[in-house]
Amino acid sequence: MFTTASTTTDKIVQMFAAILLFAAVVGLILFIAGRFAGKRDRTVAYLYLAPVVLMLSVGLLYPGVRTIYESFFNAAGDAFIGIDNYKTIFTDSEQLVVLRNTALWVLLTPFVATAVGMLYAILVDKAKGEAFAKALIFLPMSISFVAASVIWKFMYEYRPDQGNVKQIGLVNQVIVWFGGEPVQLLIDSPLNTFLLILVMIWIQAGFAMTVLSAAIKAIPDDIIEAARLDGVGPWGMFRFVTLPAIRPAVIVVLTTIAIGTLKVFDIVQTMTGGRFDTSVIANEFYSQSFRSANQGLGAALAVVLFVLVIPIVVYNIRQLRRSEA
Amino acid sequence: MTTATPLTTTPPIAVDKKESTASKAKKKLTSPWASLAAIVIAVLWTLPTFGLLISSFRPERAIKTTGWWTWFSDPTFTLENYQSVFDPDAINLADFFLNSVVITLPAVIIPLCLASLAAYAFAWMKFPGKNVLFIAIFALQIVPIQVTLIPLLTLYVDLGIANTFWTLWLSHSAFALPLAIYILHNFIKEVPSSLIEAARMDGAGHVAIFFRVLLPLLTPALAAFGIFQFLWVWNDLLVSLTFAGSPEISPITVQLSNLSGTRGTAWHLLSAGAFVSIIVPVTVFLLLQRYFVRGLLAGSVKG
Repeated sequence: MFTTASTTTDKIVQMFAAILLFAAVVGLILFIAGRFAGKRDRTVAYLYLAPVVLMLSVGLLYPGVRTIYESFFNAAGDAFIGIDNYKTIFTDSEQLVVLRNTALWVLLTPFVATAVGMLYAILVDKAKGEAFAKALIFLPMSISFVAASVIWKFMYEYRPDQGNVKQIGLVNQVIVWFGGEPVQLLIDSPLNTFLLILVMIWIQAGFAMTVLSAAIKAIPDDIIEAARLDGVGPWGMFRFVTLPAIRPAVIVVLTTIAIGTLKVFDIVQTMTGGRFDTSVIANEFYSQSFRSANQGLGAALAVVLFVLVIPIVVYNIRQLRRSEA
Repeated sequence: MTTATPLTTTPPIAVDKKESTASKAKKKLTSPWASLAAIVIAVLWTLPTFGLLISSFRPERAIKTTGWWTWFSDPTFTLENYQSVFDPDAINLADFFLNSVVITLPAVIIPLCLASLAAYAFAWMKFPGKNVLFIAIFALQIVPIQVTLIPLLTLYVDLGIANTFWTLWLSHSAFALPLAIYILHNFIKEVPSSLIEAARMDGAGHVAIFFRVLLPLLTPALAAFGIFQFLWVWNDLLVSLTFAGSPEISPITVQLSNLSGTRGTAWHLLSAGAFVSIIVPVTVFLLLQRYFVRGLLAGSVKG
């Protein structure tokens, strides 16, 4: 049961065994809780919380603390080196490129994705076929980053400009149609980073659109009507009515996309593997930890990621609570 | 998600007003520039997927020598690419697809069960340390999974379960719990206490209350979280790459990513493979869009 499954039957049996095991744990807890029926809540409550507390302590708390500890050790993890790993991250020329790229990702993705999502939400609001139009933009959100990366890698495909060779990637074909020469889109730095960011924007715009569309629909009709009677034009309507009304939602969307972008790993991993100066912190963490076998630096990168995420998450949760209240 | 104005419930005079607003809105939106902009965005957003979809049905030679847009003037159709990705001696996508299913189902069900119990305790029981514990669990949402991976890998090796599905089930479950507890707790809290009190008066214990009163009411929250978690796990790459390196247990995303790295120009395989991998999430999305959006909004800070 706790071995590597190799046949199809093995796998399915293991899957059901795992589900049954946890169902049995829950059943046992409920059974014991039933014995305490009518008595104090305390025992039952601790019983209900026990599995969760155990899993979170072992699965999140302990590893988190352990990683922070390991970030002060060398590549093999056997000698204490103080803050050297952090020094490397902020001084080494390769790592500085990683930081620069991460900054580009986190600054560009949220704003462009939100702008596109908002524009689209306003354009299709109350239009014919609105649900269908929204589904088109939203679909990229449901597929994996890996699949999205494959889709865009094909868009960026490059064929050398010689003889009868035809472009098979749409972007380079468009360049050729306009009389340009095909470009190695995923190899030329820093262009490639911008093109990877575009994939994330493509995915996140649907999220922005969905949230902002709901916010736009929640604006009371009489406010819009009053503004219209005052002769407010479309731009004024957006600037003085729509935008102030959906401001909290816009902030939540911006921060949420920023958090997701900070942790982006799959896109870089699948499209370039972090080569050609495209790495970001989340990808560099993986490369250092598992490819370069530099545990200490990997751990430090994970900690930096953690520290960068905290202020945005705290701000996001505050806004979320405020908009709920 | 569309909100139709219930005209029947508004008085006749208001109807006229509503209609004039609606017609004005329509006038604004049928302005050719607005429609054009919307169509341009929609086309830009759909074209990349569409191009790869067309390509997945074109013969290998055609994909490699001409652009997919030439398909409109020279349509060709084959299922060979899909046959190739399922070839058991090569890409063998069926096995990876199965792995994805085997990984995903327990990774959704386990946290749902455990989180329901915890959320119930937080919402309807009194015990010392309740608030502190709840805030602590809530705060754990901000821990990026990158921070946990290496110590967990060491731990799994020490426990002797490295390279088994358990590494993925346990990791995904642990990562999901803070969000699951938060969503379910918010939902359970909204259940009127009179309902619980009434059941208690009838002599129902915690177990009976949980199953008979709360569980039926909880369905939308369970669905919202369940779908979010399902797609999260199905689409995951990082956790699987870390713990499920061997092909016996790695999911379809890992195989697709490997393929993109090792055979980056084999577009007949990549295109078909990509569409096999997205068929499940897209179906879930189309069938359960409403819950999906709800789960997505609630889970926006996870990860």
